[in-house]
Amino acid sequence: MSQDSRHEWLELHGDYLYRFALARLRDAHLAEDVVQETFLAAIKTTSFAEQSSQRTWLTGILKHKIVDVMRKSRREIAASELMSEEDANMDEFFDSTGHWLESPKAWTVPDDVLEQKQFLATLQACIDKLPKKLAALFLMRDVHDTENEEICKELEISATNAWVMLYRARMSLRKCLEINWLVN
Amino acid sequence: MLISCKVASRLISRSLDKPLSWQERLSLRFHLAICQYCREFSRQLRQLKLAAQSILQQTEHDLSIQLSPDAKARITKAIQSDL
Repeated sequence: MSQDSRHEWLELHGDYLYRFALARLRDAHLAEDVVQETFLAAIKTTSFAEQSSQRTWLTGILKHKIVDVMRKSRREIAASELMSEEDANMDEFFDSTGHWLESPKAWTVPDDVLEQKQFLATLQACIDKLPKKLAALFLMRDVHDTENEEICKELEISATNAWVMLYRARMSLRKCLEINWLVN
Repeated sequence: MLISCKVASRLISRSLDKPLSWQERLSLRFHLAICQYCREFSRQLRQLKLAAQSILQQTEHDLSIQLSPDAKARITKAIQSDL
């Protein structure tokens, strides 16, 4: 492969890879860093000639870099945020007989482009307000469809921990959306 | 067999992650048949998942999001020193 084509990688794929990374890491600096690392790793390998698409190949490298960064940031989340079965008692949502204190209200993701943008920004703000471990768990499970076993291994939590935390995360997010979206 | 909304809401959330036991499934089905609030809650959790996935796709497809000139210069420099 000629070196000229390597020089074009940044122009051809840089912005695409950056958006891909930013969508997952949600931090501009981290996203820039993984894109740079991806290019540096890519120019060191010689196996590229067999790949059909440069972009697919580069994205594959990028995915690994992203997972590494996520893993590192998860390790920094304090173990004190772990939860047990008792924490599933979300008494702020139910009365003593187990009925909803406030009935869940109907909302849907808006079809209108502009409205949808505002809605998603509201949801993002709600996710940002969650305790870090809950947010990490919610994103792994509901956004990236990671299997439960892998989540437990990765975050070093038990299966009980995982369901309680996911339950709390989802309960909090839907309440947050009710408060911040439906009111407007 | 009869479960409260509190218990039903846990089962609904848990069912998104792994299959419930047949007893749990049966209790939940009975409950949902008579409880519109928990049906709404169940729908909300599914919407929540879709919406959260849309955030990711929105960023991925927003062509106005690009590497800053600074970042580009930095990456070019790094690549050149490595070639």
